[in-house]
Amino acid sequence: MALETQDIRARSASTTFTPPDARSFQPEVAKLIDISRCIGCKACQAACMEWNNLRDAVGTFDGVYTNPLQLTDQSWTVMKFAETEVGGQFQWLILKDGCLHCSDPGCLRACPAPGAILQYASGIVDFQQDHCIGCGYCISGCPFDIPRLRKEDSKVYKCTLCSDRVAVGLEPACIKSCPTQALSFGTKQSMLDQAAHRLEDLRDRGFSKAAIYDPPGVKGTHVFFVLPHGDQPEAYGLPRDPEVGPILALWRSGLARALGVATMFGVLVAGILHYMRHGPLEVPGEEDGRGDGGAGHPPERRSQP
Amino acid sequence: MTSPAKSPLLPDGRILRHGHTERVVHWAIAIAFMFLFLSGLAMFSPMFFWLSAVFGGGQFMRFLHPIAGMVLVVLFYPYAWRLRADNHWTAVDSNWVENMTAYMRKEAHLPDTGKYNAGQKLMYWSMIPVIAVLLVTGIALWQPWFAPAFSAGTRRVAGLVHAVMAFVMFIGIGVHWYAAYWTKGSIRSMVRGTVSRAWAKFHHPGWYRHLTGKDS
Repeated sequence: MALETQDIRARSASTTFTPPDARSFQPEVAKLIDISRCIGCKACQAACMEWNNLRDAVGTFDGVYTNPLQLTDQSWTVMKFAETEVGGQFQWLILKDGCLHCSDPGCLRACPAPGAILQYASGIVDFQQDHCIGCGYCISGCPFDIPRLRKEDSKVYKCTLCSDRVAVGLEPACIKSCPTQALSFGTKQSMLDQAAHRLEDLRDRGFSKAAIYDPPGVKGTHVFFVLPHGDQPEAYGLPRDPEVGPILALWRSGLARALGVATMFGVLVAGILHYMRHGPLEVPGEEDGRGDGGAGHPPERRSQP
Repeated sequence: MTSPAKSPLLPDGRILRHGHTERVVHWAIAIAFMFLFLSGLAMFSPMFFWLSAVFGGGQFMRFLHPIAGMVLVVLFYPYAWRLRADNHWTAVDSNWVENMTAYMRKEAHLPDTGKYNAGQKLMYWSMIPVIAVLLVTGIALWQPWFAPAFSAGTRRVAGLVHAVMAFVMFIGIGVHWYAAYWTKGSIRSMVRGTVSRAWAKFHHPGWYRHLTGKDS
């Protein structure tokens, strides 16, 4: 449900003017995920289930700590564990997977249902299931493969960044549960400042490639990472240069929509103009031009008793 | 035409142009297309999303759209197969295309044509690949059953191609509608099946000659 207490910056598939946040000041918020501090306890995953009343099906053990193996419509955040080599050394890398709340959200651009996806002034991208039509375009529009279609109601779900909690001044449930302060929440700027301090610390400790993952291809995100191996986001399971992409941008551009609709009206107008200029194509010498009154060919009606 | 026992030259002097089954299938395809076009338009442009209310709401419309697409495909291809013999492209058709603008201005002497003129054949041959592409891309987009089998990148391309092809199809159908309205007597032939001899002789002299063995 739309939270009327929060200003809306962008609304999917809407012709209405989207009000800027002029009438009240709302800072952009962000969740900082400092992977160097994460111990992989999954408290955030449990807290997410609890706050959002989600109960995923009990899955299978697949030989890794990751469970479920992917995000699902009932698991909006998943701790992913990667056993991989980075710089010739074996590493056990952890990623808290979930929606990154892009500043330029591909899901919102792709969505054809008015108001099914909102971006609040705070930067939170939130799905409004009462408006969702279940087309799944947001899923293919997302550069991070986050939204999940729930089979039971054919509607799409993902992390809300606890928009209901944030709206009343609380931090998201995952933040509340984190025992090592790997998760922090605040204004985007304060989180960037905090991340900068963390980078200094990490570099001092020998992580010379430590970096912030706040991808510019989607104009930054409202969930961002401090990665100890910042030069290799793929090792964590993050795309190197995520972006909305030219195909989606073209498909959902105002230009494409205008061209499509103009084509449609063009056909209509061309027909009207042609008819006004040239008139109908009729069989010569026929009163109604349909060839119904031709000599020697009695009309159908007359031949019936 | 398919059954030699039934001559299209009817006892009342008219000529059967479209049989009963052909007409029913034609209008079933037309209804499926109208639904597909309007519901697709609602999902293409926010300006037309209000159309979803006409079709039982956005979610129900989204559910119906691919099913209606399958109905169209299942009706269209057997229909096209049935019409194939009358749609072979000939030298006469190339000549017709060359004189098309004059024909549209009603200035040109009609080149001799078969049951369908070159304009109708162009419509026929364009719809066959266009509907095939709409089918393939539509399956790639069809939630929740088929879309998950395709990558996000594939589905993005499918979405764009589906929209472009839908507009190509709309242009084709739009011209088809107008040509039917413009050529007096042709809507009647698709509703009630028959045309007069004068109509057949004027619009499709080659067809008339083939049926009657006469030039006039």
